[in-house]
Amino acid sequence: MAGPDPLAVEFLFYADCPSHDTALVRLREALQLEAAPAALAVREVRTDEEAQEAQFPGSPTIRINGEDLQPRGAVGPYSLTCRMYFHAGGRITPLPTLDQIRAAIQRHTTVQARPAAAD
Amino acid sequence: MSIATRVLDFSLPATDGQTYGLTDIAGEKGTALIFTCNHCPFVRAWDDRLVGLGSEYMGQGVGFGAISSNDPAQYPTDDFTHMQERAQELGMPYPYLYDESQDVARAYGAERTPEIFLFDAVGQLRYHGTIDDNYEDESAVQSTYFRDALAAVVAGDDVPVADTAPVGCTIKWK
Repeated sequence: MAGPDPLAVEFLFYADCPSHDTALVRLREALQLEAAPAALAVREVRTDEEAQEAQFPGSPTIRINGEDLQPRGAVGPYSLTCRMYFHAGGRITPLPTLDQIRAAIQRHTTVQARPAAAD
Repeated sequence: MSIATRVLDFSLPATDGQTYGLTDIAGEKGTALIFTCNHCPFVRAWDDRLVGLGSEYMGQGVGFGAISSNDPAQYPTDDFTHMQERAQELGMPYPYLYDESQDVARAYGAERTPEIFLFDAVGQLRYHGTIDDNYEDESAVQSTYFRDALAAVVAGDDVPVADTAPVGCTIKWK
């Protein structure tokens, strides 16, 4: 029997924003901890035009099966900037936490594991 | 771009409605200038720590000023109105200055937000760079570069680490 489809994971970053290295390490760790088969695409966004085309709200941006890890702040404006991540207690940092990434992966692996509804 | 090694004068409007020059800000022991902005998450992560350091060291003779030089046409939350809101929200104990022409940032050679320039009583650059070594988690900080430099300037001692790489967003030039 075939396993679940691999998650389509996109990691978009802007090189001048210095949090992307740590974010990518965290994403890889989260995928490993969740044992989630994934096709990871890493993309550098270099110009404002690319930011518009990729609907890039800031660096880093992580999408799993097309869904932004943090819907808040994902809808634009799209530009070459660093992105705010919102944590418990209203704290703002330039990075999603490992737990935030794991939770996003779990949302998608849980959906995939659900049995299909009977007709 | 090279950075200023001597403090440079300026005249900038602040969110409190006043205009400030260097002599209005300078302290008897030194002057700390923080290039900053509203929209950058690195600034947001460090803002409370900066306000705390300002409150602590302004009482010990170091003058503080925060300067935003970002182009608000690109980042609307960096405009003057949002600066006024942010200063109030944070309870900034030092003036939040608007460098609309970006001349002050260019003169100092600032490139990022936040970026610290700390000068001593005679206007010599004593520390330049970042705040500490962990923007994400204050409880995990191991090296308090800016605090250590402030303490040294107040005490008239050598600064233990005089230069670090500023960590943050790039200044948004026009």
